[in-house]
Amino acid sequence: MAKTIAEINEKIKKGQAVVVTAEEIIDIAKKKGISQAANEVDVVTTGTFGPMCSSGAYFNVGHTKPRIKLGGGKVYLNDVPAYTGVAAVDVFLGATALPDDDPKNRIYPGEFRYGGGHVIEELVAGKDVRLVATAYGTDCYPRRKLETLISIKDMNEAVLFNMRNAYQNYNVAVNLSDRIIYTYMGVLKPKLGNANYSTSGQLSPLFNDPYYKTIGIGTKIFLGGGIGYVAWQGTQHNPSVLRGDNGVPRRGAGTLAVIGDLKQMKPEWLVGTSFLGYGCTLTVGIGVPIPVLSEEILRYTLVTDAEIFAPVVDYAEAYPQRKPDILTEISYAELKSGTIKVQGQEVPTASLSSYPGAVEIAGILKEWIKKGEFLLTEPVAPLPGVESGIVFKPLEERPIP
Amino acid sequence: MATVSKRLVLHFPKRLTNEPIVYKLVKDFDLEFNILKASVTPGEEGLLVMELAGEQRSYDKGVKYLTETGVKIQSLSQDVVWNESRCTHCGACITLCPTGAFSVEPKTRKVTFDNNKCVVCELCVKACPPRAMELYF
Repeated sequence: MAKTIAEINEKIKKGQAVVVTAEEIIDIAKKKGISQAANEVDVVTTGTFGPMCSSGAYFNVGHTKPRIKLGGGKVYLNDVPAYTGVAAVDVFLGATALPDDDPKNRIYPGEFRYGGGHVIEELVAGKDVRLVATAYGTDCYPRRKLETLISIKDMNEAVLFNMRNAYQNYNVAVNLSDRIIYTYMGVLKPKLGNANYSTSGQLSPLFNDPYYKTIGIGTKIFLGGGIGYVAWQGTQHNPSVLRGDNGVPRRGAGTLAVIGDLKQMKPEWLVGTSFLGYGCTLTVGIGVPIPVLSEEILRYTLVTDAEIFAPVVDYAEAYPQRKPDILTEISYAELKSGTIKVQGQEVPTASLSSYPGAVEIAGILKEWIKKGEFLLTEPVAPLPGVESGIVFKPLEERPIP
Repeated sequence: MATVSKRLVLHFPKRLTNEPIVYKLVKDFDLEFNILKASVTPGEEGLLVMELAGEQRSYDKGVKYLTETGVKIQSLSQDVVWNESRCTHCGACITLCPTGAFSVEPKTRKVTFDNNKCVVCELCVKACPPRAMELYF
């Protein structure tokens, strides 16, 4: 029996909605059968908690007396530069931004202990940060310098805006070379010494709605411990990749751009993160509810780790040189077992995204919905799907005359 | 003659913070030192973490001198500490640790750290993405 989001919301308001996590639904459907499970269950919650570099936040810091035009000037938050190419007192801070005096990889491998992601975490934790700015001075904004402490409470708006999060599948990174390499997939030991992956598999939002049939623009989500929304398809959204019979992409595919009020988020779900020899970023917690509108939708949510496959890629040569070579494909069940076999060799595995974090997020979202605190939204527009014909383009360089 | 190199934590009582103790270790006992951490305020108690190296006989004499002067010596037990509240339980440490001090609880997939298996190689300290592993002297 098909349901609508409005009907599910009515049940949520009455406290009658049946909400389960994307882990729990697998067993429920096994016991009750797909048809009964689809009838009984209203919402399946998903979660993911991993490093997501395309994250940032914009702030309106309020007007000083006399006024200063930060737009076009220079702004630092705890020595981390923020982008000022916008209006007078709005700035954007990216998760991977680094202080000017960070040695970066000049002292290899760089530690990247503090950057934009860490500033965002501290702001969300309610801490004061140092705002230091210089501007050029105008008749209407005469001030040229500003040094002050500021907290998130002092700001008019503090908005998390992440342009590419919640990746639908990702590479498993290995290192075929004979030296240790430092990547965004962590420290990779030589000669297939380890393999790192990064998704929450069967709990991951876009694995449970592989064709974006329920998740669209305007979908209300758990974001960083608070409430957020899907704003758009994420950058590098690439729906037309190779998929399995279950519709699940076997390569990196869809992504989400997400937005939400940073003021109601929590530091435990927005964690400043450092990758040795690579850079710093933000570990973001995202949870997406999937309304069980039909048996078809339910069937997608039953996906298990054994049915999701990721490509194994050499990050010493193939990845940096943009070669399409894939060493093999491995299921998330195998990845989670602790070792995989690549080129006949046993390789120990590790995850960069937190499965316990994903479980907790899916659980929190479930509780919110069950308590009637979180209603579902109807997407205002769909995300581009397989039919969109989107082709993911690399940058083919052209000489500048 | 065998040489020795050890990391020591020296606690200076108040009365000694104006004395050129380390200078004497070099001058009188021919020892080499490398200061790792120092917090010495004249007129107050001081703390010095250093690596002390030299011939075994000189080293022993130097340590004897320090003890007799009133410096309290503690051999350095470096300790890697798991800051659990900072840990996101990702697992990036698991395959890096050479002694298997980290493990994943199969059911919850939470990471645990066994300090007894830790040999203080420090590989996890810089490679932990949220920097939940801390090194203490």
